[in-house]
Amino acid sequence: MFSFELLINAIVIGILLGGFYAALSIGLSISFGLLDIVNIAHPAFIILGAFICFIFNSHYGIDPILMGIIFSPVFFLLGLLIYRIYYERFEKTGAEALRGLAFFFGLMFIIEVILIMSFGVDFQMVQAGYIDFKATFGVVDIPFRMFVPFVFAMLMAIGLQWFSSRTFFGRAMQAVAQDSLALRLMGIDPVKIKTIAFGISIATCSIAGALLVIVIPIEPSVGRLYIGQVFAIVVLGGLGSQSGTLIAAMLLGLVESLITTFFGPSWSPAVAFGALILVLAFKPTGILGRVGDTRG
Amino acid sequence: MLGKFGKLRRNIALVSVLGFTLILAQGLMTTATRAAEPIKIGFSMALTGALAGGGKQSLVSMEMWAEDVNKKGGLLGRPVELVYYDDQTNPKNVPGIYAKLLDIDKVDFVVSGYGTNLIAPAMPVVIQRDLVFMGLFGMNNNKKWKYDKYFQILPSGPNPAVDFSRAWFDTVMALDPKPKSIAFIAADAEFARNLKEGAVTNAKRIGLKITYNKNYKPGTPDYTPIIRAINATNPDVIYVASYPNGSVGIVRAVSEVGTKARGFGGGMVGLQFSGIMKGLGPKLNGILNYDFYVPEPNMNLYPGVVDLLARYQKIAPSRKVDPLGYYLAPWSYAYLQVLGDAVNAVGKIDHAAIAKYIHATEFSTVVGKVKFGKNGEWANGRTLTVQWQNIKKQNDLQQFTKPGIRKIMEPAAFATGTVKPFNALR
Repeated sequence: MFSFELLINAIVIGILLGGFYAALSIGLSISFGLLDIVNIAHPAFIILGAFICFIFNSHYGIDPILMGIIFSPVFFLLGLLIYRIYYERFEKTGAEALRGLAFFFGLMFIIEVILIMSFGVDFQMVQAGYIDFKATFGVVDIPFRMFVPFVFAMLMAIGLQWFSSRTFFGRAMQAVAQDSLALRLMGIDPVKIKTIAFGISIATCSIAGALLVIVIPIEPSVGRLYIGQVFAIVVLGGLGSQSGTLIAAMLLGLVESLITTFFGPSWSPAVAFGALILVLAFKPTGILGRVGDTRG
Repeated sequence: MLGKFGKLRRNIALVSVLGFTLILAQGLMTTATRAAEPIKIGFSMALTGALAGGGKQSLVSMEMWAEDVNKKGGLLGRPVELVYYDDQTNPKNVPGIYAKLLDIDKVDFVVSGYGTNLIAPAMPVVIQRDLVFMGLFGMNNNKKWKYDKYFQILPSGPNPAVDFSRAWFDTVMALDPKPKSIAFIAADAEFARNLKEGAVTNAKRIGLKITYNKNYKPGTPDYTPIIRAINATNPDVIYVASYPNGSVGIVRAVSEVGTKARGFGGGMVGLQFSGIMKGLGPKLNGILNYDFYVPEPNMNLYPGVVDLLARYQKIAPSRKVDPLGYYLAPWSYAYLQVLGDAVNAVGKIDHAAIAKYIHATEFSTVVGKVKFGKNGEWANGRTLTVQWQNIKKQNDLQQFTKPGIRKIMEPAAFATGTVKPFNALR
């Protein structure tokens, strides 16, 4: 069954799929990777973002990605608020490990219930001109339904990487993960840095939600399908590394696509997660994780 | 003058009369209270999670049945009360829910929630208590148990997994030239696997060569690699057994990649849901899929279904459920209708007698005449094979309420159109 056409298309789709996974995971690489916050509700925030895009798209015909970008500051503010609650109630008292996890579980269910009560439980889809468009280059087809999310995921990942490595605030974000006491001694408030960093991670959910609803139909609990995947990608990439997250997402997408094409789709999760275990066995800090980081 | 013993005798007599009166009064009160006590029907239902679209739709229709029955005086002169819990589309929650319904809520009857995967975990609990169990859209759930008090409303037929896709195979074999090969793709879940297993049996019976036969994990975001891999094996027809998310992904992938297969579809759950029909629009053209009720003129032999759906469609917007309700509302009404008719006919809550009555009777329901076979499945299947044709617009739900969009290919008694090759309608 092997052919060059199948191979090249599997690679292209694998990369596009990787972009989609990166969009879902990039925010979590900040909250879980950098801040050590096990935000199990991250996919639920993505679904919230997806539903907002769906509403504006179905009522006013506004492009979902545009709505995702417009709403990202609102999500940022929501992130600030959630972190403040989390910090005051759990982190400050050292109860973040189990009670903090329960807090985010609770948030996930609250978001789901609000969405169910507001929109019902039917599957919803958005319309945009590019969703049904595909470009063909010889034997290679590029569906824009996957390509557009890929482009925005790239922009988001590159932007965040630039921000965290080139700006004062981004470096402070990295420093919080490494040594918050040293940061405090330098006169920087780590809680303030963490609050803003968590806000950024939630802001990415607005855009990721827009990208998600372009790729798949949504219903309030669909985010649960991706909880395992997004955490696995962040761990595989190396905690706190946006570039690592991007590479890990690409790797997962490529493995899934190639295995699906040549060996059958039922093997793809086993092989993809097998690859995760292998990488972690040889490099416990993940692909681009820092040496000495024992959290991975 | 009464002597000492006379007084004693009088007192004993008085106490006896008083005691008897009290017992009689208590007995009468108990009878009166029981008459006012509702007959409780318990079930788990997918009100959240992947199957919640179907679950909530079913619940609305079941409540309509309870309301209708109570207006007519209830069952055995007692009002009906539905007791239910959300199973979150998670089979692990189901046994606990049924144990609670039976042990704490003390329900008189239990019926199943929506779907094969959620019926399966309830079966052992119900069988242990030896209760009548009505199933809602289960695929071959009784295969292993052979339980004589299980009855199932999905009109698959006596051999459900095989009969369910029989009409689809009859339809594709009417294509000219006749197909010689087939590819299978199914979601890795109980219903889809059962469906595919039956379809493979049908393909072998007909003599079709199987070029591809794989499962995929639910939650796969992109299906183009699967469609490409299938296309590489050059099948004449493709049989798909999928859940809503996968169905949408597969339809989109086949629209993007294309296929030379002349028949496509089969067991794609979700394409019947309003939100998905509306969103996919013309991409559905040419797909041959199963269905149970479509607004075609030949379906008028279902008495009361038009009225039921009209009532449902009035309620649907406020309950935020599927606005059309074609897929499940008639069937979730009908499975309670069968139970209710049987209880009234038997005249008491006697599960053995009720099961015996259901086995022996042909019921008149909103989905027409229903007769169950020995294994609790329909004695004669009535799964439709429809082909999507003439869909012009995207985002227009109203077009799906009119005849001529989902034309019935099989069974012949209901047929409203003839099958066309997949690409001829694209």
